[in-house]
Amino acid sequence: MAAESKTKYDRQLRIWGEQGQAALEKASICLLNCGPTGSEALKNLVLGGIGSITIVDGSKVEAFDLGNNFMLDEESLGQSKAKCVCAFLQELNDAVKAKFVEEAPETLIETKPSFFSQFTLVIATQILESYLLKLDKICWQANVMLVVARSYGLTGLVRISMKEHVVIESKPDHFLDDLRLHHPWPELKQYANTFDLNVKDAVVHKHIPYIIILINIVEEWANSHGGNLPSTRQEKRDFKDQVKGHMLNFDEENYREAMDASFKVSASRGISSHIQQIISDNAAEVGSTSPDFWVLVAALKEFIENEGDGEPPLEGSIPDMTSLTEYYINLQKIYQAKAESDCLAVEHHVRSLLKRIGRDPESISKAYIKNFCKNARKLSVCRYRQLEDEYNSPVLPELQKYLTDEDYSFAVGFYILLRAVDRFAANYNRFPGMFDGDMDEDISWLKTIAVGMLNDLGCHGSAIIPEDLINEMCRFGGAELHAVAALIGGIASQEVIKLVTKQFVPLTGTFIFNGIDQKSQVLPF
Amino acid sequence: MAEAVAPEMRWRDVNKLLARPGNIVAPTFEHSPQLRDDLGKYVRLLVVGAGGLGCELLKDLALMGFQNIDVIDMDTIEVSNLNRQFLFRLQDVGKSKAEVAAKRVMQRVSGVTIVPHFCRIEDKDIEFYNNFQIIVLGLDSIEARSYINSVACSFLEYDENDNPLEETVKPMVDGGTEGFKGHARVIMPGTTPCFECNIWLFPPQVKFPLCTLAETPRTAAHCIEYAHLIRWDEVHSGKAFDADNPEHMQWVYSEAVKRADLFGITGVTYSLTQGVVKNIIPAIASTNAIISAACALEAFKLISGCSKTLSNYLTYNGLDGIHIKATDFVREKDCLVCGPGTLIELETSVTLQQFIESLAEHPKLLISKPSVTYRGNNLYMQAPPILEEMTRANLHLPLFDLMDKVPKGTVHVSGTTNKEGKKTSCLRKLRVAFKGVDGIVDMDVAGAS
Repeated sequence: MAAESKTKYDRQLRIWGEQGQAALEKASICLLNCGPTGSEALKNLVLGGIGSITIVDGSKVEAFDLGNNFMLDEESLGQSKAKCVCAFLQELNDAVKAKFVEEAPETLIETKPSFFSQFTLVIATQILESYLLKLDKICWQANVMLVVARSYGLTGLVRISMKEHVVIESKPDHFLDDLRLHHPWPELKQYANTFDLNVKDAVVHKHIPYIIILINIVEEWANSHGGNLPSTRQEKRDFKDQVKGHMLNFDEENYREAMDASFKVSASRGISSHIQQIISDNAAEVGSTSPDFWVLVAALKEFIENEGDGEPPLEGSIPDMTSLTEYYINLQKIYQAKAESDCLAVEHHVRSLLKRIGRDPESISKAYIKNFCKNARKLSVCRYRQLEDEYNSPVLPELQKYLTDEDYSFAVGFYILLRAVDRFAANYNRFPGMFDGDMDEDISWLKTIAVGMLNDLGCHGSAIIPEDLINEMCRFGGAELHAVAALIGGIASQEVIKLVTKQFVPLTGTFIFNGIDQKSQVLPF
Repeated sequence: MAEAVAPEMRWRDVNKLLARPGNIVAPTFEHSPQLRDDLGKYVRLLVVGAGGLGCELLKDLALMGFQNIDVIDMDTIEVSNLNRQFLFRLQDVGKSKAEVAAKRVMQRVSGVTIVPHFCRIEDKDIEFYNNFQIIVLGLDSIEARSYINSVACSFLEYDENDNPLEETVKPMVDGGTEGFKGHARVIMPGTTPCFECNIWLFPPQVKFPLCTLAETPRTAAHCIEYAHLIRWDEVHSGKAFDADNPEHMQWVYSEAVKRADLFGITGVTYSLTQGVVKNIIPAIASTNAIISAACALEAFKLISGCSKTLSNYLTYNGLDGIHIKATDFVREKDCLVCGPGTLIELETSVTLQQFIESLAEHPKLLISKPSVTYRGNNLYMQAPPILEEMTRANLHLPLFDLMDKVPKGTVHVSGTTNKEGKKTSCLRKLRVAFKGVDGIVDMDVAGAS
C-alpha cells in the first residue's frame, strides 16, 4: 500500500487491517436512488476507499433536494441527480471509480435484470415493496449481496438479503481467552511444575505469572478433591481463598491477577453451543462444490473429535500479565508451539478432505487455515431469508410477542407501517399525508391497510398498532429528513463494510429506527 | 440576499414535522409553517469540535434548517483525518479545521452562516458560551467535555426550593465514537445527569507502571513506552519529545525495536508505535455519521419540540449486528458541577485575596490560581495581564463589598485542579453566604413566592 494511503486510511486500518482494506478496494457497489439516504451511505464508503460506485437515479434535482441533500447545491437544479451526486462524491476520494446511470431503478429492475450481476453489492434506498421483491430475486439468483435502506419521517429500516454470510474474523469485544488452565497439555504442565510457589526470593515470588500460579494451585485442589475442579459457588470462593493464602504481601500484583482470573479454571471444557451448531450444520457435510469455509469447518470437526479431544485448536495468544520477562516469553512460546501443532493437525484434515472431495489438496492456503484456527472459537454464520419469505410468512409468535411488549411496540408498529405505506402508495400513487388536504382520509385508509396486513399475517386480538403511531406516520408524509437519512445511510454503510471485509458480524433480521425516543430495535424477521 | 428557490419548496420535508400538529410531541410544541423560518433566524447553536463528529454535525444541523451556527476547534487538518472528515481535502492539510469546515458548509448550503473560532475552548470567556440556545459537542477528550459541561452548568441557577430556573438551563447534546461503537446523550443541566454526574462511564486510561517498562517488559507496547517515556529523556537531556515530529517518532520506534530484540519480544511496528505514543483511537466515517446524526436529530427535536427526546443516554455498538440502547440515567443530587453549588460561609470582613487563598485548601474544591466573577463582572482575573492589572486592586477589598453587600450570592471561579495527577482546567459555582447578615433580600423573595 502506498505511504500516502497508509496515512490517509490509518485510523480505519487499525480496525480492519490491510486485508480488510484490500477487500474494500476490490468491491464494486451499486446504489439505487441518490436521495440523502443513499448519498450519505455512499459518502462513508467513498471516504473509506471503496473500489467503485455506480449510482442509478433517473430524477432531476428539484428545490426540495436542496433541503436535505448535501451533495447537491443550487447549481444542480434541473440537472441529473445521479450525475451531480456522483461528481461531488468523486471529489471526496479520487482513488474511487465513480459512475452514474441516469435511469429509474424501477426501469432497470423491470427491463434489465442482468445489469445487477456485475456488482459485489447493491444498496437499494427508498424503493417500494413491489420492486424490492423483484430486485431481491434478481440479486439472489446472481449471488449479489443486497442491503435495503429506507428513511421515512422519524423512522426507517435497514435489512440485508443474501443466502449466507460466513465470518472467520468476527472480532468480538470481550471474549474469554483460551488458557486451558484446568487441563494443561503436558508441555505447559511440565513448565508450570518447574516453579515453586513457596520460593523464598521475594522478587521471583511476585513475578510468577498468574497462569503458572493457577495451574499449580488447581493441581493442589484437584489432588485434595478427588480429581475434581472447583464447581459450586462455595468451592470457587474457597479456591480463591487458597490462591490468596499463597500471597506474601498484599502488593503482589501477580496474585491479585490470579485471584481475578481464578474463575477461568472453572470455565467449561469443550466447545460452545454456538460452535457445536456450526460443526453440526448440513453445510459441513462437504462436497466438491463446498466453499472453503465449510471445508475448514469439516476439518475442524474432525480435529475436535480426534486430536483435540473435544477442544478446538488452541488460539495461542496470552494476555499481558505481571511476570519476569523470561517467564512470560517462555509461556508465550509454549502456547504458540501448541497452537502451531494444532493448526498443523487441522491442515492435515483439510488436505485429506480436499482430496476426498476431488479438489486439489493444496487449493486452500496455509495462511487461510492458520487464520481459521486462530478464530475457531469465534466463527459466525449468518443466514437470511428471501424478502418474499419474510413478507409472506413472518415469524408469527415473535411478531405477536413484540406487538404487546412495551419496549418493542413502536419498533414493530413502524415495521408494519413502513410496509403499509408502500401498499398505500401502490394503491393511491402517493404516500399517506403527502398533501395537507388529504390528512384525515389518509389516516383512516392507512389504518385500514395496516389492520388488514396484521389480519393477513394472522395477528388478532390484543395485537394492535398504536393509534398515535398511525397518526405520526401520516404526519411524516413520506418526508426524508437529513438527520434520519444520515443515520440510516450510516448504518447501511457500516453493514456494507462488514459484509465486504468479511470481518465483524453483520445484522441479521430487520433494523427499525425509532427517531421518536431513540428506542430502535432489531426485529428477528 | 434572495434565495434561488422558495423556502417552502426547499424545506418541504422538514416542514412536514414543523408545520403539522402531532400526537407524540413535546408539551411546548407549537406547530406552524413559520417555525422553520424562526429556527433559522432566531436560534444560535454552538458546535464544539470540527473533527470526525463536528464535520458531520455542521452538515446535519445546516440541513435540518438551522442557519446560525458557530464552531470552535483549535486543531489543524492532518492527512489521517481525510478518511472520515469529509469537508477537508488534501490541499487543506495544515489549515484550521473550524475555518475550512465552516467555509465548505456555507458554500454548499445556501442561507446558513457558520462562524468559525480557531482557538482553544478555554480561550473564550464564559459569557461567549451563553450566546447559544444549545451546545452540541463533537469531542474526543474527556477533559474538553468536562470543561464545556462545567461552563454550561455554571449558567444554571436554582430557586429557593432548589428547582432549576428554566431560563438558565443550557442544554447540551454530546456524542463520542471509537471504532464501531459510540454514544449520544442529551444533558439538561439540573434535570438529567451532567457529564460529571456519571463520569464513571469514562474510565481513565490505564497506564503501564514504570517498573514494568524499566525492568520486566513483556509486550511491544512496553518497549515503545520505555523508549518514549524513559529512554528519550536519558538521551535527549532537556529536549521535549514532540509526537507530531516524524523524526522523534522514528527515533522512538527504532529504540523500541532494539529493546524488543534484547528481550525477545515481537510485534513492534511503526504503526503500533504511533498508536501507543499518541494514544490513537481508531475512527471510521460510518460510526461518526451515525452518532452525529443522532445528536443533530436530538438537537432539532429539543429546540423545536416536534417530537419526544432521548432520555437520556444512547449507546451504539455495531461489532456484532446492531445494538442500540437508550438508558435513562439519574442525576447525582449533590453533583459539584450541576448542583446548586458548593456552599461557603464567610465573615463579611474576608477579602477577595483571602477568599481566593481559601479555595486552594477547600477539600472539595482544591482550585489553584482561580479567577473570580460575580454576575458576569470580573472580580479578579489571573490573565490576560491587562485584566489582571485592572482587577488587582479588588484583592484587598472585602468580598462582601464586592458582592454589593448581599447576604448570599453565587460566584464563579475558574482555575486549575489536580485530577489523577494531571492539571486540568475547571470551573465551579460557589454559593457564598455571609455570616451575621440580616437576610432582608431573602425575606422579600420568600414573601413573593
